[in-house]
Amino acid sequence: MSRRDTSRWLPWHAAAVFGFLYLPVVTLIVYSFNGSGVGGFPPRNLTFDWYRMLFADDAIWTSVLNSLLVAFVAMAISLAFGIPAALALDRANFPGKALFRRLVLLPLILPGIITGLSLLMLFREADVKLSLVTIVLGHGTALISVATTEVFAGLQKLDRAQEEASLDLGANYWQTFWRVTIPNLRLSIIGAALLIFTLSMDEIAVSFFLIGRDNTLPLEIWGRLRRGITPEINAISSIIFAFSLVAIVAWYRLRVGAKGKTEIAAAELVEAATENV
Amino acid sequence: MFSRAYRVAITVPPLLWVTVFLLVPYALLFCYSFWSVSPAQTIVHSWTLDNYREFLRVNVYLQTLFRSMWIAARVTTFSLVLGYPLAYYLSFHAGARKDLFYQLVIIPLWVSYLVRAYAWKTILGSDGVLNTLLQYVHLTKHPLEFLLYSPFAVVLTLTHIYTPFAFLPIYASLEHIPRNLVEASHDLGASPLQTFWRVIFPLSIPGVLAGATFAFVLSLGDFLAPLLLGGPSGIMISNIVVSQFGTAYNWPLGAAISLCMLLLVLALLFLSENLEKKWSFR
Repeated sequence: MSRRDTSRWLPWHAAAVFGFLYLPVVTLIVYSFNGSGVGGFPPRNLTFDWYRMLFADDAIWTSVLNSLLVAFVAMAISLAFGIPAALALDRANFPGKALFRRLVLLPLILPGIITGLSLLMLFREADVKLSLVTIVLGHGTALISVATTEVFAGLQKLDRAQEEASLDLGANYWQTFWRVTIPNLRLSIIGAALLIFTLSMDEIAVSFFLIGRDNTLPLEIWGRLRRGITPEINAISSIIFAFSLVAIVAWYRLRVGAKGKTEIAAAELVEAATENV
Repeated sequence: MFSRAYRVAITVPPLLWVTVFLLVPYALLFCYSFWSVSPAQTIVHSWTLDNYREFLRVNVYLQTLFRSMWIAARVTTFSLVLGYPLAYYLSFHAGARKDLFYQLVIIPLWVSYLVRAYAWKTILGSDGVLNTLLQYVHLTKHPLEFLLYSPFAVVLTLTHIYTPFAFLPIYASLEHIPRNLVEASHDLGASPLQTFWRVIFPLSIPGVLAGATFAFVLSLGDFLAPLLLGGPSGIMISNIVVSQFGTAYNWPLGAAISLCMLLLVLALLFLSENLEKKWSFR
């Protein structure tokens, strides 16, 4: 076959795209060690000062704690409602099921501003004061979409005979759920949890509208960007990147492990979202 | 096999939650767009079409909407131009490195939006990395001012953010193409180019549509990249909405503008879904 001729430029194109995708991240990390500010070529005066400054910066660490708290609770909410939602879509019929599916997945494909604003109006009409609680509710709700998609994909691979056997052998639904259904969905659930946690830690478009007095980490950074920038922001961004990297690689390994071979993983999320709406 | 009680138990809690925290808020957005603000800055809960009239009457709103669509269209085009050949390369030619390359594409997808937008700001600024590099190698004497605080910066950053989004569904659709179809085409004497245009590309159209929809819809509604990198000429429709909820304090007008954006988005999603079905071979 002579396909080599036409595909000769493809590796170069791929290399260029990877360069484009990683250039900002590399720049960010390099300049977090740059003694003379966020820009300026070539980088000079290698220093750890920005990291030192960062570790002494109480406002940042308070916001990190807020973000961790928000991410944990949001994760719990998304899973608590996303898992049953996936089960319901898989095995129950009820009026409005099609609408329900679309509604659950909507925050995944709508610009964050629409979900954020809508929730802001809800809290205003209900006279709820904006705080970390409103952010938790926002993240928890928006990310149900992720839990539902991931768990629904897991359910498609689940052998129902096991649940049937459990029920036949005298276990009740509750026992079957905890001892058969959930353990079988374990990988999907852990994968969803990791994704939700990471997405919540990084989320800004919805939080932007629901913020009270306490900042989450992305909003704290946002506030500083508006005031002028120092490599301290590069330093915290590099740390965020490192953590996201660990979470995403772990999630990917889980998915590959669960499928036995490399296939679509994240594409399923995106695909499911577009196909279902 | 599942009892009624079981089905109620898995259905009712998520249904209630989603009703309260998604359906009601989206409905409220709709209602707000027909309400108004009194001079004392309280919300008047009586119905009026004034917000929509205002939206159509004031040129800057429609102009900004069109500019946003133009920015989103450019982002979509560039994302496809970058994403499609990459997906094709990974799916058909990357061999053993496919797995690694795939991970390399999805990593940026989940890395903080803000972190990436900020990184571009440090690259494009007038004493940013790019400008100082250009001066260092004596390509320019003065910093290029159009790099930051311009639609260019917004398009570049959003392309960076949405290229992986465009890539994923395209890659998935290429992976779904039965390889024996491609082999059959080769065996029957088609050149690689003919095979691509007459077999592979048509079968990947649903993926292209999904990727394009994602890139367009998400970049159309973006407000953070324009705030951070756009400057006055890079303002997008969501920025106008944000200002209605902030300094301008006209929530109903903001709601009306976002509802118009929402309708546009939903129409696109509907259109893309139907086109995808039409082009789907399964």
